[in-house]
Amino acid sequence: MAGSSSADFQPTAHWQALHFRAGLLIRLREFFHQRGFLEVETPLLSADTVIDRHLDPFVVDVSGSPRWLQTSPEFAMKRLLATGAQAIYQVTKAFRREELGPLHNPEFTMVEWYRQGDTMADGIDLLDSLSQAMLERGPAERVSYRDAFLQHAGIDPLTAEPAQLRAAGRRGSAPPQSLADDDRDGWLDWILVEQVQPHLGPGRPAILYDYPASQAALAQVRHEDPPVAERFELFVDGIELANGYHELLDPDVLHTRNQTNNHARVADGKQPLPEDSRLLVAMESGLPPCSGVALGFDRLVMVAAGADRIDQVLAFPFDRA
Amino acid sequence: MASYNTSDFRKGLKVQMDGDPYLMIECNFVKPGKGQALYKCKLRHLIRNTVIDRTYKSGESLDAADVEEIDAQYLYRQGDTFVFMDNESYEQYELTEAAVDDAWKYLKEGMICSMLLFNNNPIGVTPPNHVVLQIEYCEPAVRGNTATNVTKPAKVETGAELIVPNFVETGEMIRVDTRTGEYIERVKE
Repeated sequence: MAGSSSADFQPTAHWQALHFRAGLLIRLREFFHQRGFLEVETPLLSADTVIDRHLDPFVVDVSGSPRWLQTSPEFAMKRLLATGAQAIYQVTKAFRREELGPLHNPEFTMVEWYRQGDTMADGIDLLDSLSQAMLERGPAERVSYRDAFLQHAGIDPLTAEPAQLRAAGRRGSAPPQSLADDDRDGWLDWILVEQVQPHLGPGRPAILYDYPASQAALAQVRHEDPPVAERFELFVDGIELANGYHELLDPDVLHTRNQTNNHARVADGKQPLPEDSRLLVAMESGLPPCSGVALGFDRLVMVAAGADRIDQVLAFPFDRA
Repeated sequence: MASYNTSDFRKGLKVQMDGDPYLMIECNFVKPGKGQALYKCKLRHLIRNTVIDRTYKSGESLDAADVEEIDAQYLYRQGDTFVFMDNESYEQYELTEAAVDDAWKYLKEGMICSMLLFNNNPIGVTPPNHVVLQIEYCEPAVRGNTATNVTKPAKVETGAELIVPNFVETGEMIRVDTRTGEYIERVKE
């Protein structure tokens, strides 16, 4: 780790940026207040954690049993929805191990919201309204994952054969040598990052929707041919700002996905995460149809302020924390 | 052999690939949505100075390169070979003309340089940032023209040709920035 130097006590963001950040937070709360959303707070140290192949939570030992610093407040907010919440939002810290770079800080500010009864289209509309209110760059361009790949990478991400995906992935800079031939999602991610994402939201925001079913995470899969996940993401200037789902309601499907993710984690050399959770119990008792979105607030500030690194909008990034 | 995991990756790391030493000059963390974390790196070959792009998945590792920087005294040149001596161990090291690269322009006998060793073999040498060299020959100064922006070529004692201001004369000593090859000032003996 970098040793501390004499200037390390100072913030990396200018005061102007911190004022701007505080102003944006006021506007964000007004946005949700005007739409009847209730602001909630949920635990950061939880016995439950999201199980994702590529998300690594910090664990804290509390009297011999693990508590997980939340990678997002998703589980607890869904428990509120299962017990009657109509429309809720939260501004919270989220923690993700090893995510450190120009656009990442292991501890960051997340805005997450849910509204009962929303379909994916409703969820996209709400995200678009928020993007317009915060960024003032007009309505977002809405493009399906499939169309974006066809347009920018010349390949159908849902039906392409593995060999075609690999050929498309090798068109730009060299992919990681360890990317396995049969790692379909790995190749799709590589093409997304290298060839598609740079074209998303230059000037005008873009919302990508209908992800491959294999990348559903906690979204519902729409069973058409080929099936797609009702998941959507907001991009501005090629930067990913928010991720939303038409939420998965079926506890059995969640259980299966948890197992699949844990198998993949173990194969990747990572520890499996606890599969039983209070969310599963809440879903068994009945989670109402809803859509929800998580948005990286630091990145929203960055994009709105025209900054190109996250530390320009953080008082004290990780290496000065 | 020691190795670095992706979470250790940072600018300035010295690593080894296919037996060659590289310096990590850039490392950017990117992570697509719910996807795998990637480290997009630029690596400079420490001998050839070529730069390559490599992307690593989270969890991969690179071997550490056994690269050491020592103080070495320049002794003499023999044909295409430059001979240096480690000031502490008195061990002698030979570098080829190609490995010395542009540094030959500034090398004076007895000069203390910084030498890079890879697996205990010398791979490059860097002279001090500022060196004093004597002008062996240049055209006489044009009288009355004292402006520093009028320049001329001058041959210095190492045999290199440098650009100096018009007022500099043969036999004078000048201070030179070895990183840019630029004249800094005249030095009184």
